[in-house]
Order: sequence, then structure tokens, then C-alpha cells
Amino acid sequence: MSAEHWLFFFFAGVAVLGALNLILQRHPIHSALSLILVMASLAVLYLLLGAEFIAAIQIIVYAGAIMVLFVFVIMVLNAGEEERTSLSRVAKFVGLPLAAVFLVEVCYVLYRAWPSEQMVVPERFLGRTEDIGKALYGEFLLPFELTAILILIALVGAVVLAQKEP
Amino acid sequence: MHVPLSYYLILSAILFGLGVLGFLLKRSIIAIFMSLELMLNAVNLSFVAFSYAWQQISGQIFVFFVIVVAAAEAAVGLAIIIMIFRNRASLNIERINLMKL
Amino acid sequence: MSEWIGRHPELLVAGLKAGVLIFVLLTAVAYMVWFERKLIAHIQSRWGPYRVGPHGLLQPLADGLKFLFKEDIILTNVTSRFVYLFAPFLSLALALLAVAVIPFGPEEFELLGTRTGFYVADINVGLLFVLAVTSLGVYGVVLAGWSSNSKYPLLGGLRSAAQMISYELALTFAVVGVLLLAGTLSLREIVAGQSGTWAGFLPRWHVFPQFVAFVCFFVAGVAETNRTPFDLPEAESELVAGFHTEYSSLKFAMFFMAEYAHIITTSLLVTILFFGGWLSPFPDTAAWNFTRFLPSVLTAVLALLFFRDAFRLTNQYHRVLTFLICMGLAGLAFLLLHPTALILAQGPFWLLAKTGMFLFVFVWTRATLPRFRYDQLMAFGWKLLVPLAVLNVFVTSFVVAWRAD
Repeated sequence: MSAEHWLFFFFAGVAVLGALNLILQRHPIHSALSLILVMASLAVLYLLLGAEFIAAIQIIVYAGAIMVLFVFVIMVLNAGEEERTSLSRVAKFVGLPLAAVFLVEVCYVLYRAWPSEQMVVPERFLGRTEDIGKALYGEFLLPFELTAILILIALVGAVVLAQKEP
Repeated sequence: MHVPLSYYLILSAILFGLGVLGFLLKRSIIAIFMSLELMLNAVNLSFVAFSYAWQQISGQIFVFFVIVVAAAEAAVGLAIIIMIFRNRASLNIERINLMKL
Repeated sequence: MSEWIGRHPELLVAGLKAGVLIFVLLTAVAYMVWFERKLIAHIQSRWGPYRVGPHGLLQPLADGLKFLFKEDIILTNVTSRFVYLFAPFLSLALALLAVAVIPFGPEEFELLGTRTGFYVADINVGLLFVLAVTSLGVYGVVLAGWSSNSKYPLLGGLRSAAQMISYELALTFAVVGVLLLAGTLSLREIVAGQSGTWAGFLPRWHVFPQFVAFVCFFVAGVAETNRTPFDLPEAESELVAGFHTEYSSLKFAMFFMAEYAHIITTSLLVTILFFGGWLSPFPDTAAWNFTRFLPSVLTAVLALLFFRDAFRLTNQYHRVLTFLICMGLAGLAFLLLHPTALILAQGPFWLLAKTGMFLFVFVWTRATLPRFRYDQLMAFGWKLLVPLAVLNVFVTSFVVAWRAD
């Protein structure tokens, strides 16, 4: 077991535990913190796949701006704990086991499709900032400019929707 | 020794599944929204893994766009949630079941 | 286990460097507090602390002990106890994390069999790493404010967080100008790209072509660290103490240390991005070779000043301490004359000298300027700094593209 194995399994475990915590916690702020943990561990996994720019962007934009927005809204609305109701018996005894079986099946198919010989090696890493910059401003220039307009629309929309009633 | 590619895809599938579970089972709108973001993150991991596998940068470019669109969607979605809270004083989705206020 | 470390010595080396750096940074934070108190006092025509040690030099030690022994109040009717206890740790951890990518010098040296440089890690996206740590720093503030379950911290936390995310944008745009000139995100290469001179005497630092960006970055940096004139969220007369009102003793000390660590990190970044980092301001020709002895000479001068103090002070303990400090500095001055030490010390010396200058400016603005009102603060950030920084990016990119033809 090499260092990459340890790093992968550790951060994959943290991500799955964070996702489980997101579902199991009752107060939204704890779910938000778990989601931040998931995003941070995913950023490390992107680094393990060689995507250094995307990892940095994930932390700066996703964990550092979008989740701050979530936390602000939870604070401002003073969201409380949710009421706990139990699942229906069908969901508990039929639904969850079937879901688990489905998950195992999907994992098996994925594992067989990309056999263990296809390892992630550092020599084949791509994702340097220069390459992403060239692609964004070259081949993908139109979508890039369109996302700028999209953000403008979202900005105006959010401000109009959330302003106080006059 | 390196990590096989399929491990990343399996992790992405597990996270996506947990996101769907949260989306269906939670009652607070904000928690449902966060499960949605979890699903988007799982998909991002898939994209980056495939970008490595097929040695194309477009996978990572698409992740960039997914993050940008998720930001825009989170902003507008949270504004809508604030408006819903102002009108209903509750964040429970079972109370938000009428089209009229 | 030890043979695994033997096969991966770079982990142990990185761990050692990180340990040394954290120790140095925490001591620097403590003495930054002393520096601020003395400097503000002298600007206000009074002495600062002067009783605790010679010139009040042991004041940080006294403050640290005070924080340790103070009664630790923990709120009980908080919404989430975990978040309340976690926020100060998060703040301090992130503040200490940012210096991992800062290069302190150009030299490479051998440590435990590995060839390494004056940094803990030199990653390709070093600048983005620092920006990421800064944007995560918002959480410490907002979680502390919210979890205190009281209106002053909540308001202070919300305002402080909104201020931090607004000025992050100006910070990032100001840095893009530097990126266009340097062509790389790695901090070590940004500094290396600033070597050489124009017309034989003006160093190729980024501050000269990017003066507007430097001003934007510095002002945004002051606002990011919640310092005067942007410290409304934590000013005493406004919001009791802002987001850290309900914290006491060691947890408050952590917020305090995190703020000063951020100040030191911002000053280091300004030096590295705009003022040539570890490069000497003197040209690198043979005629200016005598400037290599500047670290040694300055340490010797400091030792002489302490020696003079040893006779002028009246308190016996102070005299002894001053004498010991003088001996230590004199020893350091002699040590720096050794050829290897002479070469190794050049980089860190210039970096620390320039950073010290910016720390002085930080404290100077605190002592001099009144604070902004909150709406003025937000208007300044969004309506003045961001357009200015974007304009700078436009002009710089035009010039870079025009010169590339």
C-alpha cells in the first residue's frame, strides 16, 4: 500500500462520512459543515488526479463562496432542527436494501469496466493552469462568455428576489 | 503502486447515491438543496476522473462550468428560499405544497 | 515505519520545516503584538509597555500566561456546542496554513539527504492556495459570530464576513495584474521573475509597472484582516467586540493570534508579489558586493544598542536580560560572517526587512486613520477598489499583448 493508496482511502472515507453526516444530521448548519468537509476532501482527490487548478477553484469558489452563501442563509433565516419522522415500513425494509443492492451492482460494473491495470500515474497528469487557460480562451471561448452573462443574470435575479418589500 | 481509476468512479457513484438519498429523505429545503450540491460534486469527480482517463482537458473545463453554474443556481435558489420563508415562515417542504400562497 | 520514512525523507524534511515555521510564526505573532503596542504608544507620545522586561520585551510572555490562567467561560445555551468550540481552532489553523507556500530565500540546501529550498512546499498553484486559505478564513468569523447566540457577535460576524468576501474580490483582481507579468502561479517563480534591473539601477519589482495593483492589494489586504480603518466589525465602541465577544481566555487568544498571523501573511505576500521577495534592492554587480554584509552589520548595530541600554537601565533584572540579548545578537552577527551563513542569510534577511516595513505601515495606519462606517466600507470595496483593479487588469493585458507582438 503506497502513499497514494493511503491518501485516496483516507480522503474518500472522509468524503463518504461527510456525505452520511449531511443526511443524518438534523440541524442544517451541521449538514452545511459536513458538505464543506466533503468538498475539501474532493479537492484533495482532484489533486490526486492531477487537476490542480480545479482543486484550487473548488476550494475558492465552491467551499469558500457558495457554502458561505448557504451558511449566511441558514444564519439569517435562523433555520432550526427538522422534525424527525420515521420512514414508512416499506421504505425501511424494502427500499433501503434494494438501494444497497443497486449500489453494489453499479460498483461491480464500474470496477469491471476499468480494470485494476488502469492506474492513475503522475506521468499522465494534465490540468496545469496554462492548459486550462488555453482551452478556456480558445476552444471554449463562447461558453465562457455565456457563463459570464449567466452570472450577471443570477446576480440581478438574486438581488431582486431577496430585497425587502418596499 | 498507484490507485486504479475505477476507485474514483465508485466513490463518485456512492456520493451521488447519498446525494439522491438526502434529496428524497430530508424535509428542510436547505438540506435538500445541499444534497443537490453533493450530487453536483459527485458528478464533478466523475468528470475529472474521465478527463484523466481519456487524456482530454475538456473534462476539467466542464467541471469549471459546472462549478460556475452551481454558483449561479445557488444564489438564485437561496434567494427563492428566503422568499418562501418570508411567505410561509417554515422551511419544511411538506408545508410548501400549494401553488397559491 | 522508520524504514518507510527512510525511503521518503522528503516527508520528514517537510514536517521539520513546517514545525520550525509554525514555531517562528507564533513567536512572530506574539512580538507583533508587542511591536504594535510600542509603536502606537510612541506615535501617541507615550511609552508602551516598559516594565515587564527591558523595553517591555517580555510583555507577550506575560500576556500569554494571562490568557492561559484566565477563567475559561463556555456558553451553554448555544445552538451548537461543536461549532462554538471549533471556530477559533479553524481560524488559527487556516491563518497558520497560508505560510506553507511562502518562499523565504532562493538557496537550495541539503537537509537529511534531500535537496530542498527555503519553503515548506513549492506548488504550481501557490498563489491560488493562499487565496483559497483566505476565502476559507471567512468561516472562522461567521461560525464564531453565529454560534455565540447573542446579537452583537451575530451582527459583528455577519458584517465581518460580508466585508471579507467583498474585499477578496479586489484582492484577487489586483493579483491578476501581477500574474500577467509573471506568467506563473508559483510564488517562488514569481519572485525569481523579479530579478534583474532596469537601466542598471531600478530593480524589476512588480510594484513599478503595477503600482495601482499594489495599492489595491494593500488596501484590500488591510480590509481582509479587519484592521483599521476597516475594523468596524470588531471595534470596541461599536459592537462590544464583534464576533469574538463571547469567547474568553485561550479561545479568544486563538482569534487574536489568527488575526495577527493574517497580518504577517498579508505583509509577506505584498513583499513577494510586488517588492521582489527575497531579492536585494541593490544591483547584483561586483561593485555592490559589500551589501552582502548588511545582515551582519545590522545585527552588530542592534547588539551595540542593547549594550548601551544595559548601562542606562536601572532595573537589575532588565540589565541582565539586556546584556544577554546583546551577547546573543553579537554572536549572531559573528555567525553571519561565515561564508555559508552569509549566502544563506541574504534571502530571508531582505524578505524579513521588507515585510517589517509593511508591518510598520499596517500599525501606522491603525494609529493614524479613523474608521470607515460600514456602508462607506462596502461602497469603497465594491464601487472603487473592484473597478480600479479590473481597469488595471485591462490595461496590463493590453500592454502585455502589445509587447508580445
